[in-house]
Amino acid sequence: MSSLISVNNLTRHYGDFCAVNNISFDLAAGEILGFLGPNGAGKSSTMQMLSGNLAPTYGAISINGIDLLENPKAAKASLGYLPENPPLYKEMTVTEYLQFCGRLHLIDKTQLDQACDLAIERCGLGEVRRRLINNLSKGYQQRVGIAQAILHSPPVIILDEPTVGLDPIQILEIRQLIKTLGESHGIILCTHILPEVQAVCSRVQIINQGNLVYSSSIDELLNKQTTQYEISLSATPALDEISGQDIFTSVERVDEHNFIIDSDSSAENLIEHIVKQQWGLNRFTARQTSLEQIFIELTAGDIEMDDTSL
Amino acid sequence: MILTIARREFRSMFMTPLAWVILAVVQVILAWSFFSAIDVFFNIQSDLTTLKNAPGVTDLIASPLFELSSVVLLMVMPLLTMRLISEEKRNRTISLLLSAPVSNTEIVLGKYLGLLFFIICLLFLITLMPLSLAMGTELDFAKLFSGVFGLFLALAAFSAAGLYLSSLTDNPMIAAISTFGLLLLLWMLNVSSASASGDGNVFAYLSLHVHFTALLRGILNTRDIAYFLLFIFGFIVLTIRQLETQRLQS
Repeated sequence: MSSLISVNNLTRHYGDFCAVNNISFDLAAGEILGFLGPNGAGKSSTMQMLSGNLAPTYGAISINGIDLLENPKAAKASLGYLPENPPLYKEMTVTEYLQFCGRLHLIDKTQLDQACDLAIERCGLGEVRRRLINNLSKGYQQRVGIAQAILHSPPVIILDEPTVGLDPIQILEIRQLIKTLGESHGIILCTHILPEVQAVCSRVQIINQGNLVYSSSIDELLNKQTTQYEISLSATPALDEISGQDIFTSVERVDEHNFIIDSDSSAENLIEHIVKQQWGLNRFTARQTSLEQIFIELTAGDIEMDDTSL
Repeated sequence: MILTIARREFRSMFMTPLAWVILAVVQVILAWSFFSAIDVFFNIQSDLTTLKNAPGVTDLIASPLFELSSVVLLMVMPLLTMRLISEEKRNRTISLLLSAPVSNTEIVLGKYLGLLFFIICLLFLITLMPLSLAMGTELDFAKLFSGVFGLFLALAAFSAAGLYLSSLTDNPMIAAISTFGLLLLLWMLNVSSASASGDGNVFAYLSLHVHFTALLRGILNTRDIAYFLLFIFGFIVLTIRQLETQRLQS
């Protein structure tokens, strides 16, 4: 299947500062791509370039097979974009605003009302549809922003931190909505809420200091065989006593009773082995390679750098 | 598409108090001067009859009214144009337009057209005043039309300059002040030409005021009309270019 978005060697400089460095990736229909990165990593710059708000220094972007730089109008027609700050005209009512957006996105007059109603219903805006956007709470404003992005049912939807300012129930609703939309559209979800990516996305990419440092599908990530286990013992054996066992490749002491062990053996063998030692095993946990771990591992470089610069 | 943007622009002006306040203030000031002009006219009416080739009611009431309108609106237009693009940049709503299938030209023309609709409303209210005289006396409609047309072109030129300056900054206040400065400068350029001799003609030619006065006197000269059209065209093209550049730099 041809990809909805294809990005090639995308680079963006701000003067001497390189915000995005030679990024390439694709997005297929029915895929929800989580785009992660610490603050200032180049996430929003990338999103702005994908949505045509910012011109790349070089590189090519094509949306739905149409080159964004050569034929921006046609390419943008298949795009729905929610920027970091929802672009709301606060003096309009929700319905007025959505109708304006619909007209901007060339929705046919006969379908305009229907499209607005659908977006309003999907984002749970029914109660506030006649109110001025200015008078809505942050959460509702955010939802109007999402409604605007999905209104014209574009093949590609780019959401930059869509769940900011929502209450926990709304967050669940919006995640559900994104999942539903992801079945038929291609979605890029830009966020720093890691559990959100784990819950919603089918693929994840991490960007750090302008470089794409990680890309993998979520299933692959979660099913990765772990070799690390956390154990808690009621006895306090010496570290040497544990690391002396051949079955462990490495042992690390967290505190008096807790250890992190590394081993290629199966969990079953390990438990059996530990029980035999009569150390009083209290807890045995296989360490999930969580997104958080990978994220910190890949982006920790600049934390150390920040420390030295301070 | 241009009309969609223009319509939103026009409606949003009336959804905020700004448009209403401006319409009201301008109307009160102009109405006051209109009444005093009528008063003066009644006082000197008897003297006028003795004059040969005496100026008519249009010259004595409508033309000064338009002249005053142009000065008042020179101060008011920056307040209307300041928010056109700079506020969108400040509130980040501009990204809605930039990520929609709309070209920069359409965005700029849409906004400009929206403002022109407002100017037409403003002009309509102003023109009603001299028109009301038609109930009691005879008006020189051709001259009246020329005056209204001149005022329209001047306001359209003010808006184009204001639109451009609004695209340069994301602070509406700065846009308003610089627009006011630029317009005032262009308006007064001919003052220096009056004092300087010879080469002052260049300044007179560049001055908005000189071209406006010609139309006000009822002289429909292609030179003056071309000046205004070029002025408007120039600033609109600059604005479109500016939006383009911002996409590259921001």
